[in-house]
Amino acid sequence: MNFDFSDDQKQIKDQARKFLSEKCTTKTVRKLYEGSGTYDAALWKQIAEMGWMGTAIPEEFGGLGLGYLELCVVAEELGRALAPVPFSSTVYLLAEFLLAAGTDEQKKRLLPKIASGELIGCFARSEGPGAVTPKKVRTTFKGEKLSGTKIAVTDGMDAQYAVVLARGSDDAGERGLQLALVDLSGAGVKRKAVTSLDPSRGIAEITFDNANAEALGKLGEGWSVASRVMDRAAILIAFEQVGGSDVCLAMAKEYAMTRYAFGRQIASFQAIKHKLADMYINIELARSNAYYGAWALSTGASELPLAAAAARVSATQAFDYASKENTQTHGGIGFTWEADCHFYYKRSKQLGLALGPQRAWKDKLVTELELSNAA
Amino acid sequence: MDFEDSPEEAAFRAEVRTWLDANAKPKLKREASDPMDERSDPAAMKRAREWQKTRAEKGYARITWPKGMGGIGGTPMQSIIYGQEESKYDVPAGGPFAIGLGMCIPTVMTYCGDDVKNRYVKPAVEGTEIWCQLFSEPAGGSDVAALKTRAVKEGDTWTINGSKIWTTGAQFSDYGLLLTRTDPNVPKHKGLTMFYLSMKTPGVEVRPIKQASGSSGFNEIFFTDVKIPDSQRVGEVGQGWQVALTTLMHERLAVGGGQGGGLDVPQLMQLARSLELEDGPAIKNAAVREKIADWYVRSAGLKYTTLRTMTALSRGQQPGPEASIAKIVVASKLQDISAFAMELEGEAGVLTGEGAPMHGSFQGGWLGAPGLRIAGGTDEILRNIIAERVLGLPGDIRVDKDVPFNKVPTGR
Repeated sequence: MNFDFSDDQKQIKDQARKFLSEKCTTKTVRKLYEGSGTYDAALWKQIAEMGWMGTAIPEEFGGLGLGYLELCVVAEELGRALAPVPFSSTVYLLAEFLLAAGTDEQKKRLLPKIASGELIGCFARSEGPGAVTPKKVRTTFKGEKLSGTKIAVTDGMDAQYAVVLARGSDDAGERGLQLALVDLSGAGVKRKAVTSLDPSRGIAEITFDNANAEALGKLGEGWSVASRVMDRAAILIAFEQVGGSDVCLAMAKEYAMTRYAFGRQIASFQAIKHKLADMYINIELARSNAYYGAWALSTGASELPLAAAAARVSATQAFDYASKENTQTHGGIGFTWEADCHFYYKRSKQLGLALGPQRAWKDKLVTELELSNAA
Repeated sequence: MDFEDSPEEAAFRAEVRTWLDANAKPKLKREASDPMDERSDPAAMKRAREWQKTRAEKGYARITWPKGMGGIGGTPMQSIIYGQEESKYDVPAGGPFAIGLGMCIPTVMTYCGDDVKNRYVKPAVEGTEIWCQLFSEPAGGSDVAALKTRAVKEGDTWTINGSKIWTTGAQFSDYGLLLTRTDPNVPKHKGLTMFYLSMKTPGVEVRPIKQASGSSGFNEIFFTDVKIPDSQRVGEVGQGWQVALTTLMHERLAVGGGQGGGLDVPQLMQLARSLELEDGPAIKNAAVREKIADWYVRSAGLKYTTLRTMTALSRGQQPGPEASIAKIVVASKLQDISAFAMELEGEAGVLTGEGAPMHGSFQGGWLGAPGLRIAGGTDEILRNIIAERVLGLPGDIRVDKDVPFNKVPTGR
């Protein structure tokens, strides 16, 4: 039994933590909250110099070719640091879309730029409130021209390339869907910065008006490729969520140990102790589910969709609980702008919604259970 | 990251399989065995004792114990491997011996001399003598150190008066590990002393307690002028609390996961596939699916937490604190899944037994769940343990600390 990361992987994790604890404190995050931009470009550049973007990108495409377990440990540390960089959109999504559906030419053209940090990506899926379903995708992609509007695109303000879920034929369902790859600096692309819960991510509304785009994968496969890539991204984001949850528990503990009320440390009250114990339980369950996801990701196991949904739901629940109860443990001070609690509260919701809400993942999880029972 | 055995582990697994093949038949279907039923059924009890003796002779009854004491001096990982393999065979699970071997005998082995060990370990590990744990009292449950059963010494003989409660399997037990108060004039933790005694000692009376679920796994035990010699003391006079902590530490390891009466997400899905709700099949109902997913991530999380614990054991490390969460998660989940299943069953949900949907298994789970949330450390005590021992939060302010036990206020 070897259900743990290797010493080498743990070393990568320790190095990442050390680096981020110096270069990405909550002051770094606060600057973006105070309006200094949509991401921390200096931090992005340093991360690129360390080669993190290329962790799982094969060497033939300019990456380090280490693997997904290595990427998981990096993800956990980025989550812990609330790193205000478009890492997930670029590495877990754009790079994975290229690896899953790109032509050799597309991979050779773009993956080395991702690995070097020159290219930032994003994934544009939703077109309005409510569930994203095949029939609700109205953005059209015909004759290499893209038209339509995508909302709430994470890191959309910072990206140079977008993967867009679009309708490539008149077929109304999944069969009509195709992924398009768009250079966002081209004509016919309009980006609007939108206000969002988490100002440390540059979230955009993007309108395409006959914009030039290229196909990424075949017509009719857009939905299934997107699902597969989102499964993989969900596992990596689960590690970010676990990392963020750990900080919430540590902050709540630190505050409860130093804050006195009624003549004693508030950490000595069972109302606080039991809350923190529950945070711990949720985090350990989420961590274990994320580990299983990491195993599936690194081996390409057929259990990956179920493992991804479980990791996603478990980590979203853990971060939700830890971030809200961290604020609660801090009392009034936790609800101030000056305290850091709200960064985690907001990031937990941003991560919990960006790949689709728990509701959708829970339904998918049960569908996977039904399939595995039938098999 | 993988789930494979190391070469040594694989070799041990093969050895265990060969031995099991020679001594037992593979299990045809998976069913949960109830240790309580086993104990009250003489034929099942006979079978349990026979199997216990067989595996003790091989050294597989307590793998980590020394050779000649039912073990092979093996590793915790070997013990897990044996358990995994044995569970595939149609053999008694050893429930009647679990408390004695999991908690009482390890305490005896820690604190008693060779003469006592030589007398008691072998019969216990071979299943000829069964032990129970006599700690909790009507006035000392979660606060077990508040117990009142008195032991008074005269010459070399102690006289015991008082009562114990919630004692699992006492009616079938030959011996008991007994925690008593020997000095009420000092603070509560300092006035305790541990003994062992035969349950057939004159003055010991066992009365089964009828539980809220209707069955009787627990007992009340009354001690009236029970005389035991000083040689049956376990540890020093006044050291009883330290001795009890040894036992309780073993208890938490023993009562961990794996419980829940075999009711979990697969059973709930089976029910949901069979039922029709207002808007069609229950399994297609969005609210039902959300609940299934919620419980699945907790079950899967625990399962993979166990694999992390096993990984630590496999590497010869101590398991991390993650092992402490199992019972809290399992007990509440059992209660919640059962209640939700009954909700799906609708008005038929009140039925029990064979006439109920799925033979009343969810009703059984729901009736038993309150006990699981209390036994072996309540949900609240376990959260305190996580908070204090894992997270390092301060202990409660204890108003009875440094107060002589006989001056501590009591409700009645």
